[in-house]
Amino acid sequence: MIDEGELKNLDRLRWQCRRGMLELDVLLEAFLEQHYSELPTRMQRHFIQLLEFPDPIIHAWCVGGEKPDDEEFAELVASIRATSVA
Amino acid sequence: MALDKQRFDTLILGAGGAGLNAALQLANANLKVAVVSKVFPTRSHTVAAQGGVNAALANVLPDNWHWHMFDTVKGSDYLGDQDAIEYMCREAIPTVYELEHNGVPFSRLPNGKIYQRAFGGQSQNFGGDQAARTCAAADRTGHAILHTLYQQNIRAKTHFYDEYFAVDLIKDEEGVVLGALVLNIATGEPLLIESKTTLLATGGCGQVFRTTSNAHINTGDGMAMALRAGLPLMDMEFFQFHPTGIAGKGMLITEGVRGEGGYLINKDGERFMEKYAPNAKDLASRDVVARSIVTEVREGRGCGPDGDHVMLKVDHLGEDVIAKRLPGIRESSKIFAGVDPVQDPIPVFPTAHYVMGGIPTDRFGRVMPTASDDGDPLPGLYAAGECACASVHGANRLGGNSLLDILVFGRLAGHNIIEYVKQNSAHRPLSDDSVAQSVDRLERWDVKGEGITVSELRKEFRKTMEDHAGVFRVEDMMADGVEKVKAIRDKLKDVRLTDHSATFNTNRTEALELENLIDVGLSIAVSALHRKESRGAHSRPDFPKREDGEWMKHTLYWKEGDKLEYKGVRSQPLTVESFPPKERVY
Repeated sequence: MIDEGELKNLDRLRWQCRRGMLELDVLLEAFLEQHYSELPTRMQRHFIQLLEFPDPIIHAWCVGGEKPDDEEFAELVASIRATSVA
Repeated sequence: MALDKQRFDTLILGAGGAGLNAALQLANANLKVAVVSKVFPTRSHTVAAQGGVNAALANVLPDNWHWHMFDTVKGSDYLGDQDAIEYMCREAIPTVYELEHNGVPFSRLPNGKIYQRAFGGQSQNFGGDQAARTCAAADRTGHAILHTLYQQNIRAKTHFYDEYFAVDLIKDEEGVVLGALVLNIATGEPLLIESKTTLLATGGCGQVFRTTSNAHINTGDGMAMALRAGLPLMDMEFFQFHPTGIAGKGMLITEGVRGEGGYLINKDGERFMEKYAPNAKDLASRDVVARSIVTEVREGRGCGPDGDHVMLKVDHLGEDVIAKRLPGIRESSKIFAGVDPVQDPIPVFPTAHYVMGGIPTDRFGRVMPTASDDGDPLPGLYAAGECACASVHGANRLGGNSLLDILVFGRLAGHNIIEYVKQNSAHRPLSDDSVAQSVDRLERWDVKGEGITVSELRKEFRKTMEDHAGVFRVEDMMADGVEKVKAIRDKLKDVRLTDHSATFNTNRTEALELENLIDVGLSIAVSALHRKESRGAHSRPDFPKREDGEWMKHTLYWKEGDKLEYKGVRSQPLTVESFPPKERVY
């Protein structure tokens, strides 16, 4: 279970966005800085859960265009893909 | 400062393929092993390696280790040490089988054997027909290997320090390395890890350049720790650049795009590769294409408001071809460059990809502290993987040999450490001075007040490295670059943190990384300035030829005095005849 402190600990989340792939570093960090704080709590929990997945899976979803089965997760992934990093 | 202390037989810094394969050998031999990693282990950069591991298994086409050795020596542009290359190519075979037995899900042939794919630079029969030598686990080879090795280490009871940052090596009065001071990123508390042996396996340093395909974690930490401990770095001028990274971002745009008919244009819409390589054009070798792009930008024909990149045009291929043959490129371009290549060209610039140089080791992973060819290794200190230089890649690395390097030499370092610990079973007393120096370096960042920010200096440094020590290397601009990077090194004392909190302080971690980047950056800039020839990835338009008479030697750089020394290439293999240098033609 993700507690309230974990949801608000942006410093910790920033370090969790350090990944083994440059694409994920750039995309996840930008999403965290630009959008995370405005997300409803439910979606913040999903973001923290997403960070626990292996890099190739996050990459397939957020860069490769594969769609997670869970609809709310898919909604989160779509928001991450739409983050401005260009 | 009262320091918490822990003791282990072996301390491994870094949890990529090299660190984890070494740790597994040690833990299986019942040694007490600690692995320190600044990120969760399976998020190490090995995870990004998609290609595969070379080993002459001969499952698809005839093959043997001697042909693999020939290709590697030739690929290295004859700067690789032939004893180490022979050893790696022979050991590739048991290394891959061991990984298979540990559970790596390699792709299979219908007969059940490991599938092997063909890669550039691989030949049968010493330069003959194409070979098929690369073992892969679909397109997730790095991930599959890392995941398997991590799980096996958990089973074998390796002790992991996840999210700990290694600050400095700790020595005794005689200079023997006895562990490291590390920082718990979550709490900001330092921890002293004492060990009988230490393995540096911290990976590469692509972040020294503004445009790189490397993850943010690749900041050359272990290389810089070695430099601060008074050790040299070898052959740092040899850095592999991929010609087409997304401009300003670094993500790779595969060569397949040009293979399918994509081509490069400058701001005038000119297909400029026709001038530089009239026959091969956009399919010329990586270094030629990369240098041509930089030349266009330097001569004022770059694109964009700052004129700092060129364009890769693919829209003429049509949406169907792009979707079918270049999957992923459209998505990557849309997300990271903000363009849909079906309609608009992709902004590109050469991206720093892989460093051939590193901490000099022998073929057992033992760190060699001097330029003397018959000198002794430093007792108890080992290095493996991209941070190390066993000199198997020489001036240029072949595809499929990077995963091989980390796995073979991680494994062999593990075996050698087991023997060392048998003969050196007691912990030695630490030097208080050595510990105090490291603690001072850490506490220096507690100083508050106005100053330059970490991100400002990092930005200036990485741009300077790209402009003066990147793809385009001529004497004056490189000499200018060395002075500029030295001036940046002097500015480090004026950098202040904007955040002094204890827990997950990314600002402090990035300050420590910046110190490492600058030390490693200077090793690249100084080594490159002084190598007055073109060989492999080091290309000097002012010295366009390979000069075997004078330059078949390794560069060694020391931080103190930015000193250089040289030592000869080891051209004598272990059991076969030497491959003499020839012109490298493909």
